[in-house]
Amino acid sequence: MAQLKVTDQDYFIPGHLGCPGCGAAIAMKFALKALGEKTIVVMAASCASIIAGPYPQSSVKVPVLHTAFATGGAAASGVRAALEMKGDTETTVVSWAGDGGTFDIGLQSLSGAVERNEDCIFVCYDNEAYMNTGVQRSSSTPFGVRTTTTPGQDWKKTRKKNIMETMAAHRIPYAATASIAFPEDLIAKFEKAREKKGGSRFIHIFASCATGWGAPSDMSVKIARLAVQTNIFPLYEIEDGTRYTLNYKGDSRVEDYLQTQGRFKHLSKKDISRIQDLVTEDWNHLLYKTGEVPS
Amino acid sequence: MKQVAEGSQAVSEAVRLAKVQVIAAYPITPQTHIVEELSEYCANGTLNARFICVESEHSAMAALIGAASSGVRTFTATSSHGLAYMHELLHWASGARLPIVMTNVNRALGPGWNIWLDQTDSLSQRDTGWIQLYCEDSQDALDTTLIAYRLAESVNLPVMVVLDAFFLSHTYEPVDIPDQETVNTFLPPLSPRFQIDTANPAAFNQFVSPQAYMEMRYNIQTAMQRVPGNYNEIAQDFKAIFGRDPRLAEDVHCDDAEIIFVTAGTTVSTCRQAVDRLRQAGEKAGLLKLKMFRPFPVDFFRQVLNGKQKVAVVDRNCSFGASGIFAQELRAALYNAEAPPEIFGYIAGLGGRDVTPETIEDIYWQTKRADRLQTENIWIGLDQETLKTWRN
Repeated sequence: MAQLKVTDQDYFIPGHLGCPGCGAAIAMKFALKALGEKTIVVMAASCASIIAGPYPQSSVKVPVLHTAFATGGAAASGVRAALEMKGDTETTVVSWAGDGGTFDIGLQSLSGAVERNEDCIFVCYDNEAYMNTGVQRSSSTPFGVRTTTTPGQDWKKTRKKNIMETMAAHRIPYAATASIAFPEDLIAKFEKAREKKGGSRFIHIFASCATGWGAPSDMSVKIARLAVQTNIFPLYEIEDGTRYTLNYKGDSRVEDYLQTQGRFKHLSKKDISRIQDLVTEDWNHLLYKTGEVPS
Repeated sequence: MKQVAEGSQAVSEAVRLAKVQVIAAYPITPQTHIVEELSEYCANGTLNARFICVESEHSAMAALIGAASSGVRTFTATSSHGLAYMHELLHWASGARLPIVMTNVNRALGPGWNIWLDQTDSLSQRDTGWIQLYCEDSQDALDTTLIAYRLAESVNLPVMVVLDAFFLSHTYEPVDIPDQETVNTFLPPLSPRFQIDTANPAAFNQFVSPQAYMEMRYNIQTAMQRVPGNYNEIAQDFKAIFGRDPRLAEDVHCDDAEIIFVTAGTTVSTCRQAVDRLRQAGEKAGLLKLKMFRPFPVDFFRQVLNGKQKVAVVDRNCSFGASGIFAQELRAALYNAEAPPEIFGYIAGLGGRDVTPETIEDIYWQTKRADRLQTENIWIGLDQETLKTWRN
């Protein structure tokens, strides 16, 4: 078995309130390994607000400012401004939000913050729905998914919002996708983001949710790996909103991924074929942006 | 040094003198002059602060929550819809026990769109855990803003300093603007009771079970109860240093008064003039200036008001289905008093309609003529012709 080249030092420790197989917990564990103790986490309402632990305990060994749902971008900006006034340029300020707090209710605040090019790392750990409230659809929920607000034949018929392109459109210095199934890549990206001080960095982490996706808890990492291998969730970086770098090329078919989760099990062959078309279209567009295929 | 200044400028001068470190604001009429001036001060180095041009009022308060939690002095200003949009974060700021100071310039809420004076915006935030202080004139605005920082930091609760739209925010009058050295003796640098610190990691505002939530709320209530006492001490200090006496409530000719006006904001000045004229005509009129609305200074009102008087509350606001909000609060405060006065609630001057000394005198005579309370709220100056043309 291959040994991971990852530090043993942890800032997110056992005893947290994540479900078994929680991708969000894995994401936080690896991210904080990379960021280290000079980090302040601003946590907009999400599963993470609960996972981090109730008063008077905390599973996070760096300061955490819990804040209201829509405020990740703004509250992190305020912390950064205060640190600047206190002459602290060393500490990393991280906004840690879910897909609801990033794609939906927090998008305005995030857009405002990155347009101001605030010196913070804005993280979205993405489990593709409102999991904490019982699996309601978000604008990050992909085509084809059943949730408690897209039930039965009303499964989601629209695409997942492309948050990376949204961030790229703001021309921020650094944006990257990462996956809990690729911890060395994830840690390297957080280290890179930490070193790119002075402007806004965005990291979009695929964080599977066994509970909400209808999958066994021991499948979380495998599902996340399949999302990358099928090009459903490609690993790439965007610098200054224009320079794309692809980190991994997948060659598996989407069925391999879809069949692992109950949220897709109602789909017909035709629906699955449609999903393959959407994924291929997005993948080709990404290849074009990275220069892998000529225009 | 005395200079002629707008109400808005009086506030921004106070914020400069308070050496605020982080300002986050979003434009809305009629508060914009305040933050425009502060932007200028930040840009030219007069004030060493970071000014965050946020994309909404919701984000303005969220940014200040982040900054205040990190141990610096903060400020924002807003009005009306901006304040309403902040509502969620107003609760958050007090729950997080942050000494944030904000100016709200009272403005009507839409629809219909109206940018003029109406107090319903700030008064409908009465349950958010913010201390609320209302200002009568520009000097009051400057003094109250300086006091607000001392007061907020003494109890770790946020303070809203409230100014009337245009009548105060955009009116020029002479203001004594103190020098920095004098202000330094009154207002020391912030010494935060807690702050985010990577050397001492902690979770702030985290998830809390029913076992502790209620005690946290009780602490906010007891902190609020300390506010009038703290205010009086701070005001005494203020008087010793600056020579002015910005009392939390002020009584004018109340000792022998038979009819006493209660109101807040610039309407207090209008009432002062009306009371003087009524006194000259031999009428026993009095006035109570309400400066502190939250916490409501119950003890003060119980001392001054008694069963021999009629009270005429002038509300430039309305809680629909109840009454004017100052009247409502006063009735509640005096319900258990030994001899409560008769309280007449008048609603006047909504959406910037003028309230003149004549309006106040009219209210006086109406109150004098009435044998007993006719209604919970009496609307002043309604245009019956306009009302007839609308179907309700």
